[in-house]
Amino acid sequence: MQALLQNLIYGVQLGSLYALIALGYTMVYGVLGLINFAHGDVYMVGAYVGFYACTKWLPFQDISVHPEAAWHNLGMAFITLMLAILLCAALGMLIERFAYRPLRNGLKDLDAHFWGFVIALPLTAKFITIASPFGLISFIGVGIVVGYVMRPLIKHLASRIKLTSSRLNALITAIGVSLLLENGGILLFGANPNFIPNLLPERKFNLPGGISVQSGQMAILAVSLFLMISLRYIVLYTKPGKAMRAISYDIEAAKLMGIDTDRVISFTFAIGAGLAGAGGAMVAAFTHIKITPLFGLQPGLKAFVAAVLGGAGNIPGAVLGGILMGVAEAFVAGSKYVSYRDAIAFCLLILVLLFRPSGLLGKNVVEKV
Amino acid sequence: MLTISNLTVFYGAIQALDSISLEVNQGEIVTMIGANGAGKSTTIRSISGLVRPRSGEIIFEGKPIQELPAHEIVKIGIGQSPEGRRVFANMTVRENLELGAYTRLQKKVEVSSDIEKMFTLFPRLKERERQSAGTLSGGEQQMLAIGRALMTRPRLLLLDEPSLGLAPFLVQSIFQIIRDINRQGVTVLLVEQNANQALRIANRGYVLETGNVVLAESAENLLKNDDVRKAYLGE
Repeated sequence: MQALLQNLIYGVQLGSLYALIALGYTMVYGVLGLINFAHGDVYMVGAYVGFYACTKWLPFQDISVHPEAAWHNLGMAFITLMLAILLCAALGMLIERFAYRPLRNGLKDLDAHFWGFVIALPLTAKFITIASPFGLISFIGVGIVVGYVMRPLIKHLASRIKLTSSRLNALITAIGVSLLLENGGILLFGANPNFIPNLLPERKFNLPGGISVQSGQMAILAVSLFLMISLRYIVLYTKPGKAMRAISYDIEAAKLMGIDTDRVISFTFAIGAGLAGAGGAMVAAFTHIKITPLFGLQPGLKAFVAAVLGGAGNIPGAVLGGILMGVAEAFVAGSKYVSYRDAIAFCLLILVLLFRPSGLLGKNVVEKV
Repeated sequence: MLTISNLTVFYGAIQALDSISLEVNQGEIVTMIGANGAGKSTTIRSISGLVRPRSGEIIFEGKPIQELPAHEIVKIGIGQSPEGRRVFANMTVRENLELGAYTRLQKKVEVSSDIEKMFTLFPRLKERERQSAGTLSGGEQQMLAIGRALMTRPRLLLLDEPSLGLAPFLVQSIFQIIRDINRQGVTVLLVEQNANQALRIANRGYVLETGNVVLAESAENLLKNDDVRKAYLGE
């Protein structure tokens, strides 16, 4: 009984994280019908933002030396969380603008300049460290030059190739963005694992029945819950939220209502990416897990399963799917079949696809003429 | 008010419109009739910016609009009730109407007074206010689609097959409503399969065949025209 409850608590905490990432998958799927496989890598970037904020950017104090600095550090942790959310939201918007939007609306000059900088990054990094002032200047220089070289090329391509919003194109693009973020991460952050040291006092709360909860676990759960409730409010009661629901039901009809669909789609990516970034930063800060540029893969994949489990495109479904997955994983991890903890996600996926292909809360769409 | 000249539209390699020209004057009801695939819906969808023409011009109140994105076209005063109604079935009737006023959603008082106006025009919708739009009957959904388009405060209303799939007595009342809307000062461009009814309420009509305008006449003359009677009025 004690082990059962303990596993349940761990499972709900793990599940709230999966839910946080799954929400981004499901919202983007809802509005665009696109599985944004780069989403797990945004979670990774969130963890790195957390890492840099905690170890380099912000004046955290060592609590083993100055125990009285706990409140100061808590404030800094809050700023770290905000930074992770904002930077990842910006990254999400960038991904949407430069990877997915050209598939819908065609290539523009701006696309040439953006991809010019992306190409300039490895070119410059090969010879100079980007972090030095000279490196930064040459990076910007190369970026501008490559962008101008690519402009006529892209114009030529845009007139020759008809980019369509075919699902396969979008999916391949998503995998491309994912690879770009992973390998770009290796280039920028280095391939060596990093971790965030203990910056907040950690306590263990003993509950009746012999079970215990760690403060870090509670923090993850509380912040995730708060973010999910805010999301529900945004989607149900705000103007962009209403537009999101309209778009997810019928994007053309939404345009006829005067909704600027590109803007709302961008907003959707920002929110989803912000949630994933918050999750990444919290995991890195509270569990001290070793972060690498590839560590978004596994949780990203599991969160994708969670989104499908709950019903792709369905927001409460993503939360339910995430929590279920977390709990299932916790119970497997707590049993003697511990080596199957990563496999349980996919067993659940197979079962759901067999018996409820549209997910637990997903509806079978009935078309009425 | 609206002038279309030499509009040509392709879907991939397939030509849907072949250099169509037509005109809608302030205060009129103009109807486009023709068989399936003649290009009526494509014309409507080009005006509202859902389809990009390959060449040609669409001028609304003196300004070319063929390059504008769809949501901008709504803002300058062209509303559309699309074919197949396409109401947001997962939202309530009221939410659907509110979305029609999306661009001015922050002006709450104004929006709810506009919604009240829709309820006087369509009393059936008032009864269904809190019901989700997916549970409405076909006729009620059509009223909602028209109401939603009117919530965008159009000066030109594009109606694509408003009577499609409705019971005969409902068809009558939909056409009555279109006439009422027009009397309140909204210019209407109407696409209809039901050519007979459409020509009865319209001032002028265009007959489309495989992407071309083959006849442009006053509605009265079209009703008398032998070819039109044979081909579209079933006589």
